[in-house]
Amino acid sequence: MTISRRTFLIVGAVTAASVALPPFISVQASIANAARPIKASVTIWVNDEPRDLDLDTRTTLLDALRENLQLTGTKKGCDHGQCGACTVIANGRRINSCLTLAVMHEGSKITTIEGLGTPQQLHPMQAAFIKHDGYQCGYCTPGQICSAVAVLGEIRDGIPSHASPSLTEPPKLIASEIQERMSGNLCRCGAYSNIIEAINEAAEASA
Amino acid sequence: MKFDTPATTNPIDQMKVVGKATTRIEGPLKTTGTAHYAYEHHDAVPNQAYGVVVGSAIAKGRIASMDLEAAQAAPGVLAIVTAANAGTLGKGKYNTAKLLAGPDIEHYHQAVALVVAETFEQARAAAELVNVSYARAEGVFDLAATRDSGKEAKDQMPDTVHGDFEGAFAAAPVQLDATYTTPDQAHAMMEPFASMAAWDGDKLTLWTSNQMIDWSVSDLATTLGVPKQNVRLISPYIGGGFGGKLFIRADAVLAALGARMAARPVKVALARPMMFNNSTHRPATIQRIRIGTTADGKITAMAHEGWSGDLPGGKVESATQPSQLLYAGEHRRVTMRLSTLDLPEGNAMRAPGEAPGMMALEIAMDEMAEKLKLDPIEFRILNDTQVDPVKPQRPFSQRRLIECLRTGAERFGWSKRQPQTGTQREGRWLIGQGMAVAFRNNLLVKSGARVRLNDQGIVTVETDMTDIGTGSYTIIAQTAAEMMGVNLDKVVVRLGDSSFPVSAGSGGQFGGNCSTAGVYAACLKLREAVARRLAIKLDDATFAEGEVRSADKRVPLQAAAKSGELVAEDSIEFAELSKTFQQSTFGAHFVEVAVDSATGEIRVRRMLAVCAAGRILNPTSARSQVIGAMTMGVGAALMEELAVDKRLGFFVNHDFAGYEVPVHADIPHQEVIFLDETDPISSPMKAKGVGELGICGVSAAIANAVYNATGIRVREYPITLDKMLDKLPPMI
Ligand code: FES
Ligand code: FES
Repeated sequence: MTISRRTFLIVGAVTAASVALPPFISVQASIANAARPIKASVTIWVNDEPRDLDLDTRTTLLDALRENLQLTGTKKGCDHGQCGACTVIANGRRINSCLTLAVMHEGSKITTIEGLGTPQQLHPMQAAFIKHDGYQCGYCTPGQICSAVAVLGEIRDGIPSHASPSLTEPPKLIASEIQERMSGNLCRCGAYSNIIEAINEAAEASA
Repeated sequence: MKFDTPATTNPIDQMKVVGKATTRIEGPLKTTGTAHYAYEHHDAVPNQAYGVVVGSAIAKGRIASMDLEAAQAAPGVLAIVTAANAGTLGKGKYNTAKLLAGPDIEHYHQAVALVVAETFEQARAAAELVNVSYARAEGVFDLAATRDSGKEAKDQMPDTVHGDFEGAFAAAPVQLDATYTTPDQAHAMMEPFASMAAWDGDKLTLWTSNQMIDWSVSDLATTLGVPKQNVRLISPYIGGGFGGKLFIRADAVLAALGARMAARPVKVALARPMMFNNSTHRPATIQRIRIGTTADGKITAMAHEGWSGDLPGGKVESATQPSQLLYAGEHRRVTMRLSTLDLPEGNAMRAPGEAPGMMALEIAMDEMAEKLKLDPIEFRILNDTQVDPVKPQRPFSQRRLIECLRTGAERFGWSKRQPQTGTQREGRWLIGQGMAVAFRNNLLVKSGARVRLNDQGIVTVETDMTDIGTGSYTIIAQTAAEMMGVNLDKVVVRLGDSSFPVSAGSGGQFGGNCSTAGVYAACLKLREAVARRLAIKLDDATFAEGEVRSADKRVPLQAAAKSGELVAEDSIEFAELSKTFQQSTFGAHFVEVAVDSATGEIRVRRMLAVCAAGRILNPTSARSQVIGAMTMGVGAALMEELAVDKRLGFFVNHDFAGYEVPVHADIPHQEVIFLDETDPISSPMKAKGVGELGICGVSAAIANAVYNATGIRVREYPITLDKMLDKLPPMI
């Protein structure tokens, strides 16, 4: 059998799709869930302060920050792990806070955009975003900045990415590495070109 | 003030603050997470409850019955709003479909209920328990199939018919006849639609995310059946809009209804997967372009005919409109036909009309240049016009398209391009360059502002203008600083509140020019008031460095406010000038792509835009507007398409996993050049808009670059791999 380029790619795509089917949630199960709101207590270290929370176990880390703690700097763009607006740094690694439940973070050390700097005392990455106009509407911006700070850490720690030429050599601080690692942070305003310049400047300043 | 004669020298021409590259004044807030968006006003009112919207599961038909029992009994539920219990609702002037459906359903995911509960988690869980039975009706979802039933939208875009197109085209020695399609596209702004409503007696305050405050106050009042003066909108920060937030949406109406029913403040954000079908989108188009030229490339006949669809009572996507004005040529026919579709509401998205129109027209121009064996830039220059081609007595106020093209060609290195397709290779990559013209009309809308001066010398500007990422805060501050002769740090700008004077709002790339012109008008009034208080003759006064100076006096500005704050208010109104002159903005896009010769993967490697758009008030934010628009144009060219389920009538890929927008890795370093220009016909600011100009044409420049790289001409956007694969050069 001859496989053309077209059929080869189509077959590949179908296989990929069939594993990505969503789990089925029954109506009965959701009625049962709604009838039994379960609360739990959790202590999370947010921006170096212990915060005791008593919350619905269904609360995401994102909603715990935004609604329970009223730290609204972390944004909700999709609530589905598709946009990166909710990026925070948990125990030194960036995560999508909408994809994790608050109760899973007992003792976690979370850094949010508010913990990086303030209008009076900007983090160098925040200052670089302002200087290079690495934002427009500002809604993706906290996520971009938290991600960018963590990305520089990942490169420093030698963690490779899809764009790294080698898995064993330390990754380089070059545009293609940064662009690849930042690609989970969507910016519909399209500030990407400026964001990369801002990150480059912050990286050089910290090097 | 009325703006009815071309601007002469005025204080803005000093350009001490205006025109200087300035970082955003609200930057420290946005970058530290301390700018509060619609869903984030925790301090505004106590006792906020949460609303979650339930969307229709069918595209057309009726709600047969609704069982709310389980939802009502769920923990924390405070209220459930449906059309059956909401009372009589009106429909806003700017909405086509109703924002709360029932019993009739007009489109998929149209809101049918709002569940209000103590917490978001409770509201979301209870919303799942709302049980709706539908009676589905037949709907029409396929634009191509309805093409022949399309009607002229006479009040919106009447046909332009000039000369004898058919005759001239038939006689033309060189002809092009090609059809292009652009798909439905989503605004996909990063901040979802969100509103918080609080009633105080019969007065409603709505914190929301909206581009056009005054339109939306009116429409919300109409929808709720309350007097306009009882409604206040507050929208200081808007997480992107791109036209999607020009109008009130379901979140606004349902938050207001939910708050009334629950008797407490309620906030509502639309879940991301509901945004694509619940709200508006840029409608798909089919465009047929015929161009006839003389043997040496002069256009003699030009027809651009388009088709789009919308819900009953909806609007046409006036995609063919650029062909009314962009190129010379005597015999012309420009039409749009609108047919009825039962898909979600089509409406304005960044450069409505021009964006999809230029996607097609600028491929056609590339194809025609090739037929003529002319360089595509030279072909466009050959057909430049300095007047409205259909009304030659009506000149363009400014038209420096040729300079944009030449400047761009020089900077981009156009002369190194190989006109022969498929001849540049770097390993497995095929390299190509393409260009296109950018063209967007300049609109003028009345705009007002109020300016205050206090005894500290602080100038405060208040206007209901919005900043959707466009940089309004900063250019308004620059304008006031220039007019009052103070530093930027002495200016406070307050936006997006309906208790402030009505502005142009953010739309149609008119916001920057018009809102600053309104601030200019108010500042002229304030200067008069200052001069009066200080007993200085206005004609002798200069406002500079925080002082008011005349031949014999130098007084600190704040002295004028010693006996009390000075307040001045005015608006700018535009008159005949926009009729006697055609006002447009121009540019040229240049793109280099690399196409993987095996897979057809397209990588954009270089992008340059050259723009001529009047005075650039803030080169920093103007450049950002253009690169953002170029980025959206990359999406339109290569990935963005709302996939229509023609059987059930909805957009299938209704989240960010399915509706792909450009990410960091898709966008190279982008360059923007602004020609040094002022347009005194446009406004006292002598500015025009750039926010939409940047998206017009860029997708075609990419398509043309792909063609140059591979010889594959794709006329159906987006240019995805499947449209390339069978036509790529053989694999060895
Ligand atoms: S809100 Fe978490 S990824 Fe979008
Ligand atoms: S700044 Fe608006 S989405 Fe990035």
